[in-house]
Amino acid sequence: MSNAPTIAIHTRIWREEPESDNPFATRAAFCRGYDVYGEMLGRARWVEMLTLLFREEAPTKAEADLLEALAIALANPGPRDPSVHAAMCGGVGGSPAASCLMAALAVGAGQYAGGREVFLVMEAWNACGTDLDAWRQRLAAPPPEEISIWPLPEHPPGFNPHGTSTTTPVRQVLSCFAHLSPGLRLPWLAQHREELETATGLPLTLSGVAATAFADLGFTPEQGEMLHLLLRLPGAAAHALEQHRYGHKKFPFFAVELENNPEREEK
Amino acid sequence: MKGPDLLQKHVGRLKTKMGACFVGSRVVFRGHDLHTEFKDIDWIDLYVFGVTGRRFSPEQLQLMQALWTYTSYPDARIWNNRVAGLAGTARSTGNLGIAAALAVSEASIYGRGIDLRAIDFLIRTKQQLDHGNHLAAWVEKEIKVQRSIAGYGRPIAAADERIAPMMALANTLGLADGPYVRLAFVIDEVLITGRWRQRLNYGGLAAALAADLGLSPQEYYLFMFPAFLAGMAPCYIEAGQRPEGSLFPLTCSHILYEGQPQRPWQPAD
Repeated sequence: MSNAPTIAIHTRIWREEPESDNPFATRAAFCRGYDVYGEMLGRARWVEMLTLLFREEAPTKAEADLLEALAIALANPGPRDPSVHAAMCGGVGGSPAASCLMAALAVGAGQYAGGREVFLVMEAWNACGTDLDAWRQRLAAPPPEEISIWPLPEHPPGFNPHGTSTTTPVRQVLSCFAHLSPGLRLPWLAQHREELETATGLPLTLSGVAATAFADLGFTPEQGEMLHLLLRLPGAAAHALEQHRYGHKKFPFFAVELENNPEREEK
Repeated sequence: MKGPDLLQKHVGRLKTKMGACFVGSRVVFRGHDLHTEFKDIDWIDLYVFGVTGRRFSPEQLQLMQALWTYTSYPDARIWNNRVAGLAGTARSTGNLGIAAALAVSEASIYGRGIDLRAIDFLIRTKQQLDHGNHLAAWVEKEIKVQRSIAGYGRPIAAADERIAPMMALANTLGLADGPYVRLAFVIDEVLITGRWRQRLNYGGLAAALAADLGLSPQEYYLFMFPAFLAGMAPCYIEAGQRPEGSLFPLTCSHILYEGQPQRPWQPAD
């Protein structure tokens, strides 16, 4: 590694102008060319800023409406969800706020209703588009997985391995999004959900719908994965704080059934 | 059993072979009493037993510990260590900074991502050779498909200062001559001969040594989790001892903006 003073953060997202008396203090900040504090503040929606961070151009009103609805749908996976459960494990023991969110991110990153599942569904959208036969082929014969840090997928991404029928919220979200979407995929999914569920033998999940919404909003699989992680954090944060207030005596600890118990074997 | 019936079966209790604590009484660790059977165990011995369910010889454990030691660099410029240092300079907590630095170590061009791909490549290559396939052709095919070979080449520098001391120790311990280590060096020769400019790096050698110890890819991946840990705490500590915000400060002009020109904000229709 060289010690040459050619230090620069290359970015297409952000530019800052310094105050005249301090090169480390920001006088103005520009996101994709827009003056954040001088013009966007008070006039831009949160979801417009969010989109702008990930894409070159601001969203249309229809795109912003869909992303805002998606943010509401994802805001709280609920205390039964493993990622929120993990955050509550942090909260109940009095762990720092960041560790509660790190716990939610780590657990909510996975292939079972998490960020990686969203990534895989979005890859499937890129490969299959709105071609039902292509979806059927991919669901019947998924592409081979190379070894990676991720465990091998155990179910078709976007479908619930433990489900029996499409849940009411998934139907509600898909119906709402299909009407809101400026893209093709959500209306197509609403139209062909039953065929896809027949192909997998499993019901569609919220992460499957969310991934489709991210794809309709023009995000890449990597961006969809990030946004899914991000947008599910509010519920994790709130539940972590709530469990801290309730205290550990009201938080489940669970019974244990030890299958190789040396003491029992001795007896 | 599947669907909600499967989940129902697991409600309310942990069914486990791995262990449990019977608070106030005893702790079982993979079938052994932690405070009696394992009371004198070295931490690395316990950690490796936790990962593999197997015990290793003192020589093997010394080699495994060295796999961590020889790549513990207290240099806060390195990307994962920098996270620990930045946590220090931002006056965050040590646990948060170091835990995040370890999480970042699961990278695709170094750390855990490479570890898995490196050991997987060596295992697949040995299988190919055992089936009588030609090594040079196999290596060339792998480079064409993957564009690189995990365990060979290095993102920042060509030479790897960890190879010689690790091989010296492995020789001393009688663990330098396993089939995977020999294969790793043969592949190195193939890459030199083919002018691919990718030399065996520490990740490749560590994966070979681990494969010769009998670790599976997943066991090796989990075993290597603390590999960089010892170098991280010093980065956090020193950044915390220096003035806050003084580790790698950047002026506004250090941002090299390459995006859209300044434009007026107009709310969407």
